This record gives sequence, structure tokens and C-alpha cells, in this order.
Amino acid sequence: MDNPTAGTEAASESEPSPAADSVDVDSGGAPEAALIAAAPDVLAGSLSEFVAAWWRRIRAGESGALPILAGLLVIIVIFQIQQPKFLSAGNIVNLLVQAAFFILLGLAEIYALLLSEIDLSVGFVGAVGAAIVAALISPPYNWPWWAGVIVGLAATAAIGALQGTLITRLHLPSFVVTLAGLLGWAGVLIFIFDSDKGAVGGVISISSNKVIYNLVNGNMSPVTSWILLVVLVGLFAFFSILKTVRRRSQGLAAPPLSITIATIILAAAAGVALVIVCNINRGVLVPLRGVPWVVPFVLAVVAAASLMLSRTRTGRYIYAIGGSPEAARRAGINVSRIRTIAFTLASFTAGLAGIVYMSRLGSISVGYDGGTYVLYAVAAAVIGGASLFGGRGKAVHALLGGVVIAAVYNGLALLGISTAGTEIATALVLLAAVSVDSLVRRRSASSRT
Amino acid sequence: MAEESAELDGVRAPLVQLRGVTKSFGAVQALTEVDLDIPAGRVTALVGDNGAGKSSLVKTISGLWEPDQGEILWHGKPVHLRGPKDAEDLGITTIYQDLALCDNLDIVQNMFLGHELLRRGSLDEPTMEIAARKTLTDLSVTTIRSIRQPVESLSGGQRQSVAVAKAVMSNAQLVIMDEPTAALGVAQTRMVLDLIKRLADGTVTVLMISHNLNDVFEVADQIAVLRLGRMVTVGAASDFDSQVVVDFMTTGRSDRTSANGDTHDGH
Repeated sequence: MDNPTAGTEAASESEPSPAADSVDVDSGGAPEAALIAAAPDVLAGSLSEFVAAWWRRIRAGESGALPILAGLLVIIVIFQIQQPKFLSAGNIVNLLVQAAFFILLGLAEIYALLLSEIDLSVGFVGAVGAAIVAALISPPYNWPWWAGVIVGLAATAAIGALQGTLITRLHLPSFVVTLAGLLGWAGVLIFIFDSDKGAVGGVISISSNKVIYNLVNGNMSPVTSWILLVVLVGLFAFFSILKTVRRRSQGLAAPPLSITIATIILAAAAGVALVIVCNINRGVLVPLRGVPWVVPFVLAVVAAASLMLSRTRTGRYIYAIGGSPEAARRAGINVSRIRTIAFTLASFTAGLAGIVYMSRLGSISVGYDGGTYVLYAVAAAVIGGASLFGGRGKAVHALLGGVVIAAVYNGLALLGISTAGTEIATALVLLAAVSVDSLVRRRSASSRT
Repeated sequence: MAEESAELDGVRAPLVQLRGVTKSFGAVQALTEVDLDIPAGRVTALVGDNGAGKSSLVKTISGLWEPDQGEILWHGKPVHLRGPKDAEDLGITTIYQDLALCDNLDIVQNMFLGHELLRRGSLDEPTMEIAARKTLTDLSVTTIRSIRQPVESLSGGQRQSVAVAKAVMSNAQLVIMDEPTAALGVAQTRMVLDLIKRLADGTVTVLMISHNLNDVFEVADQIAVLRLGRMVTVGAASDFDSQVVVDFMTTGRSDRTSANGDTHDGH
């Protein structure tokens, strides 16, 4: 050590020396500045450090998706014991297909929940979009499927923009505006069935349109399924490793490479399991195998929503407004514009959900129960981990919540339990999920003080 | 009053000068003919009893209110602040007591809120994280475990530090702080006061409102006392002691002699 001062500072860090005691070392000096860079939680050098940090987070109440995955496992085990058919290939595919609708509707609801608002209209808005598509692509209009879809989705987006504008410009509570939406769009839905000449007995069939019908009912060939899986896992692996390596090279916090690789392997294993199950012949009379097209479709929508929420200014501002509208306003964010965009996205995503619903049934009927479905949408979002109080939630939470809702729905139907029982059971699952969430949050809040 | 502030002018050119600023609401006279020079790169403390007009003055400088009469000079040139945006564009940032942070966002996200950097259309997190970390390190804010933790998990002093760092990051030349230590404990107060001193060491000018005279004497270079909407005295902090300031705050005058540090430990 040439520089005596540097020697003093270094010594005060490691061991107490006479020099360190006598010299008044500036407490805000250089040695402590290194703490930010070297915090173990952030820049975990090894696997064990990362696991330790992860465990600390869980104990502090930031458990992430863990409780919901545990809950899903419990639900699966219970149903499998009661009804061995639950985990058959045919039923798993059926469950995924049922989940697709709840996932998309839950995702629609998350846009509103993130703002600390609620959208009660997503159920019927989705059906209005689907009915417009159905009316346009069926006789007497016979539009090509894509033209119908464009008009249908544009209509749902316009509905969302209208509701968002009412909420932001007239300062009306979203609860009231979308409750009016729930009633009003239910009326519009009936109006569409009344005025469409193609509607027979309150039902518009779209099963003759192969593209729309096959979105849910069509399957990729087993070979295509495998190719798509390899491509998706490859892309995921490429981008996550790239991100980790790049962040490390810039000296930023990043999980150890082993964790990144473990995540990729886990994702690949889940994908392989899914493809294997879907490729088992589940047909009764004729062979039926392959991953339904709706599975990659839903994954693509959720991925797009994730990117939008985490990588764009609009997404960041949605979280900011959900956390503190006042802080967002003072930061120069156009709060009204962002809120309108979020409600537009909610209705647009509801339109996608409506199309998936219609595709599965091959038709859309006037008996569509949008009032119940919107409650499932809220349930899916909250069960998945989105907060009712705004600012917390991810697109992937809709995925988890939608699968849980579908599992309960599907399992109870398999056991032959009545509608009454199904609704009560779903309510109990929702209550349990929210209770766990609330308990975990309370613990995390108290551990801070 | 004007003579007293002129002494400081010799040391450093004022960043902001208020000349005869008057603001009234109907019969209520919030500010009357207020003159104040805020020297650049120094800490000016604005003190006064409740209702003395401290908040009114701050709102005028931060662009929330336009004065009825008088003018505001910025670097010696008259400016018209028609809104908080105008003040922000000049480089005036106000940190209110509620700090205006989003609890659910992490430190980096809060520091760049409204000014996010983009790279090929998506948020450039690495660059933002490096810049945020550099600003915090420059301010010697070292007690934060991870700059990727949500702001809600921070202590009061740490939150205050993030708010200050956010202001510094936006290239603020004047940072106005409203009761920065009001809600803090002893250790946290120390941390924030040290931060204010370091701010003024650099190129940033600080205008601080405070009730706590110990804090004021700890960090302020200049003290301005408001009473009933009038500026009763402005002078170098070393010319005052607590008792004199209290006299000015309560009666608008002081008969005590307290020349240059003779009664430095008066309180």
C-alpha cells in the first residue's frame, strides 16, 4: 500500500486496526459505495447464493407464483383420486381448451385491475365481438374469416375506447360505466341475433368456417407440434441466455447462468410433456392427436401482453398509475390516455376470448352468460396473483388463474357435480386464493417494519 | 433585507431572484412584496410559523401559482412560470412531503418515471439501471440493498434519497424540498441532511422548508424568515442563532445581538 489513506479505509473494512480507530473515516465514503454493486441478493455469483436469496424472498412473503402452483397441484391430486379419467390425455386437452377462454378473459380483466379499476363488461363485450364475426362470416354475408375478425376485434376495441373515454373524461367510476356496459352490451348482443338473418333460434353457427372452427377444434400434426416446440424453446433459450450474459457483461444484477439454464430446461420439459400428452391418440372412433391450435394462440397473446406490459412505456405507465396516479401525473404521464388505452386493450382481449369461445362451440348463442363469465375473469386474474388494488399483476397470472378455474370447472363436471356445486366450489377456490394472497401480503408488510 | 442578501451576491451569483412577489386570494394576502435571492450551489432554508407563506412561496417558484405582482428572475433573466412544466423545463424540481413515488415500482423505474430510455422501441433497462446506480453512488446513497427492489420496501430516509436522486437525474438546478425530515427518525434525518449537504457541494441549489431549526442550522448556508406573508429577514446562516430566528418568526424582529458565531451554540 503506497497510499496511507487507502490503507486505512481498506483496513477499516476488514479488521479493526489502531489507525482506523484514530482516523475519522467518512461513513459515506468509497468502501460502502461498493455495497450496491455487490449486494448478494442482486448479483448472486453462484447457484447456492441465488437459492439463498430466493428462499429469503419467500420467507419475506414475496412468494410469487408458488402458492398458486401448490394449489393447482392439490386440486389435480384431489380430482385424480376421485376420478382417474381426470389426467387422461383426452381430458387434459379438453381442460386446456376450456382454460383458453378463461385465460384470455382473465388477461382482459388484468389490464383493468392493474389500474386499480375493474371492467365488468368484458364478458359481454367478448360475445358482441364474436357475434359480429359470426354474423359477417356466415350467410347471408359470407365474408372471408379475416375480414370478419378484423371488424369484430375493431368493434370490441372501439367499445373499450368508448368506455375508457367515459371513465377518464367524465370522471365516472369504472365500476359504474362497465356495469352499464355489462347490461348494455348484453342488449346489443340480443339485438345482433334479432337483426341477423343468418341466426337460427338465437344461434349463429360458424362450424362451416374451417379457419375459425379449427382455431380450437383443429390440431397441429404431431410433427408440427414438435417443430413448433423446438423453435419456441430455442427462442426462449436464446433470448434468456443473451439477456443474462449481456447484463453480466455490463456489471448488472443477473441470475447465475445455471439458474437461467435450469429455467430453460424446466420450460422445455413442460413443453415436451404437453406435446407428448397432446400427441397421444385421444380419439374414440377415429384417431385424434396433436396440440390444438388454440394453445400456441393463447401463449402468443399472453407473450405479447407480457412484452407490452414489461418492455414498453405504455406498460410501465399502467403499473405506475396503478401504484400512484398522483405520482404518475406529476411525472408528466398522460394518465387519461394510458387509462383509456388499458380499457381498450381489455375489451380487445375480451374480443379474442369471445372468438375462442365461439370457435370451441362452433357457434355463438343468445344464451351466452357474460355476467357469470366476467366473474370467472376476475377470479382467474386474482387467483393467478393479480392484485385487486392495482399495480400488481402480470400477464402470466391470467395463464395460471385460467388453468385453475378450468381445472375446477372441468373436474367438478367430470365428477358429475351439479352446476350449483360447481359455482359454490369455484367461489371457495377464489376465496381461498384471495385469503392466501392477503395473508402472504400481510406477512410481507409486517416483516418490513 | 435587500442589503443583507446583497452580501451573498458577492460570493456567488443568485440562481433565482424574487422581486416584490405578491400573491393574494381575495382578501387573504398570501405573499406581500417578497424579495429573495437564492444563491447558486447553496442551501437556502425557508423558515416561518404556520401560515407564514412558505408553501405559497414554494408554489410560486415551482410554477403552480403565478404571482399577482413582482417578478421571478432565473439566472438574472425574468421568467414567467405558467405551470409546473415550465418550472421543470428550467430545471426546478420540487420534492413534496408525499414524495410522489410509485410504491409498486422499483427504484430504477421510479427514478426514470416519465423519462424512460428506449432502445429499439423497448425500454432500455440496462442503461437506466447503470445511470440510476451511478447517480445514487455519486450521492453516496449506500444503504440500499438492491436498486431493483420496490420503493415500498424502503425506509423513509431511503425513499427521500430516491426522490432526491430522481430530481438530480432530471438535471435539476434547483431542488425545492418541503419538510424533508419531518417524518424521519434520528438516523434517517442524519442521512437526509448529509444528502442535502452533498447536493449543494455539487452544482445543485437547494431551497428547503423546515420547522426544525436544528436541521436548518446544520445544513443551511442562508436563512430566509417569512412572517405573515412578508420576508422579515434574509441572511447568512452564521449571522443567526436559533433564538434570533425564533424571534424573527414570531415577532418579525429581534433585538438580540448575535454577530457572526459569537452565540453559535446558543441553543
